[in-house]
Amino acid sequence: MIKKGEWVLIHRIVMEPSARAPQVPDDTKRVPLELWVKGYLQEDANIGDEVTVLTRTKRIEKGKLLEVNPYYKHDFGKFVPELLKVNEQVRDILFGGADNE
Amino acid sequence: MSKDMSYAAVNERKSEIMKQSTKIDFSKFESGSIAFDYEKMMKEAGYTLEEIQQIQGQTGVGNTPILELRNLTALARKCAAPGKGARIFIKDEASNPSGSFKARRAATAVYHAKKLGYKGVIAATSGNYGAAVASQAAIAGLKCIVVQECYDSRGVGQPEIIEKARKCEALGAEVVQLSVGPELFYSFLVLLEETGYFNASLYTPFGIAGVETLGYEIAMQFREKYGKDPDVVMATNAGGGNLTGTARGLRKAGAETKIVGASVDLSGLHMASDIQFNKKSFTTGHTGFGMPFSTWPDRSDVPRSAARPLRYMDRYLTIHQGEVFYITEALASLEGLEKGPAGNTALTAAFSLAQEMDEDQMIVVQETEYTGAGKHIQPQLSFARENGIEILFGDPKDEVPGKNIILPSHPSKIKAQDADLDHMRKSLIKNAIKTYNVTPTAEDLEFLAVETKTNVDYVKNVIASL
Repeated sequence: MIKKGEWVLIHRIVMEPSARAPQVPDDTKRVPLELWVKGYLQEDANIGDEVTVLTRTKRIEKGKLLEVNPYYKHDFGKFVPELLKVNEQVRDILFGGADNE
Repeated sequence: MSKDMSYAAVNERKSEIMKQSTKIDFSKFESGSIAFDYEKMMKEAGYTLEEIQQIQGQTGVGNTPILELRNLTALARKCAAPGKGARIFIKDEASNPSGSFKARRAATAVYHAKKLGYKGVIAATSGNYGAAVASQAAIAGLKCIVVQECYDSRGVGQPEIIEKARKCEALGAEVVQLSVGPELFYSFLVLLEETGYFNASLYTPFGIAGVETLGYEIAMQFREKYGKDPDVVMATNAGGGNLTGTARGLRKAGAETKIVGASVDLSGLHMASDIQFNKKSFTTGHTGFGMPFSTWPDRSDVPRSAARPLRYMDRYLTIHQGEVFYITEALASLEGLEKGPAGNTALTAAFSLAQEMDEDQMIVVQETEYTGAGKHIQPQLSFARENGIEILFGDPKDEVPGKNIILPSHPSKIKAQDADLDHMRKSLIKNAIKTYNVTPTAEDLEFLAVETKTNVDYVKNVIASL
């Protein structure tokens, strides 16, 4: 049970595939337009429930409860060895090589 | 009675919502035909350069340093013919409060919103502008909503866009995240109507006039330090406001500097495609914005866009994703400057263009942007690889957007390509004739000549060939 007043992430469908704009490419037209927003939960609820939240700008939004205390999962990514090679190559061209040894 | 919130009904109320949310009466500048009074709009709906300098100064925006990139210049000279290799400089816009030149645009828009008594501001953006509006709104004590195109239908988002959401939220904004599609504009209109907040559009006169100080500062700083104007100012071109504002500022300073635009070549990728959304490794500064917004500026979220880059552009260069990633890493390794890659689009084009120019000439790249987790080349390339994009060393001219990212095997392989400006000018004229469906008046012909930086005879010839 997630308590009223907790900071949560909700999700809802803004537009079903059938309602999408005519200029949208076919692959996009096959999927709905979705929305995610965060806010303070307005009633006790469980993950997956349809809930109401009060957002940072004091707007009421409704949607399916996804997460409580949602956090950022992005980072610096997995190591890309090519970047190290670039980093060293430019130093080598400019400062290194036979002239510098 | 509750309002009809269907897509069609909300779009029907668009001009009413726009008027409420900007308080600009665009009809005042219209001629009833193709032409409209651009300068009058910039003057009456905007602010003078001096006023903007004052507005920006209050929140620590502007007066950013110019840095000479001596090592990157030396690397370019290693790849150039003897006597060639212009000096490369950057205007370090990452030192603005929100980490990019967009703080200049946001400062003006938010100041105006506050002056008119709005309680909050809304901006539709995935990028640096959202952070800038959030930052300025925080300082002004206004509420702020940033509407973001963020995820594909699998719920996967570019690390760069997710980092921007984090930054906006850190600065006190509410972030509304959407999946892929141009109907973002619908959600944007609904929010404007629901909240009654100010539309901090990138394309109002305030948004563009805010960048004029950037061009003006470049001229003043160069005159003070080097006794002359730079030969070339290179601006990354997406929606066109960056280039337009900078060029207008340079003109106000009386500079004769050439204005060159640069975009990452993403030809072949559809900007509204759910599947292709995460196949591109640049979320801004690319041809997907640069081309359509240059050849038809009024496709933006206000009736008449204040960003009209073809009026000012002397040349337009495109560059590949792999080349920008390479130069971003080179900038870190040789200059000790870790910056976000999108802002380095113009720097990459400058690295190539410098090799055509003489050693005593000067190019200034007019922006840098902040970097960090998500918004850095490492997570962006790592994300690309996870999404099936091949990353390899080779000749960047073989790069296919959405399939591979080719890092140049040697910096001498970095070659900017000239976009066909003549073709773009013709497209703009064609789009104008098609949209307004009128026989152009003398005023329209004169307007189109200014829009395309050509002359009336040129415009007449293009119309005759349609």
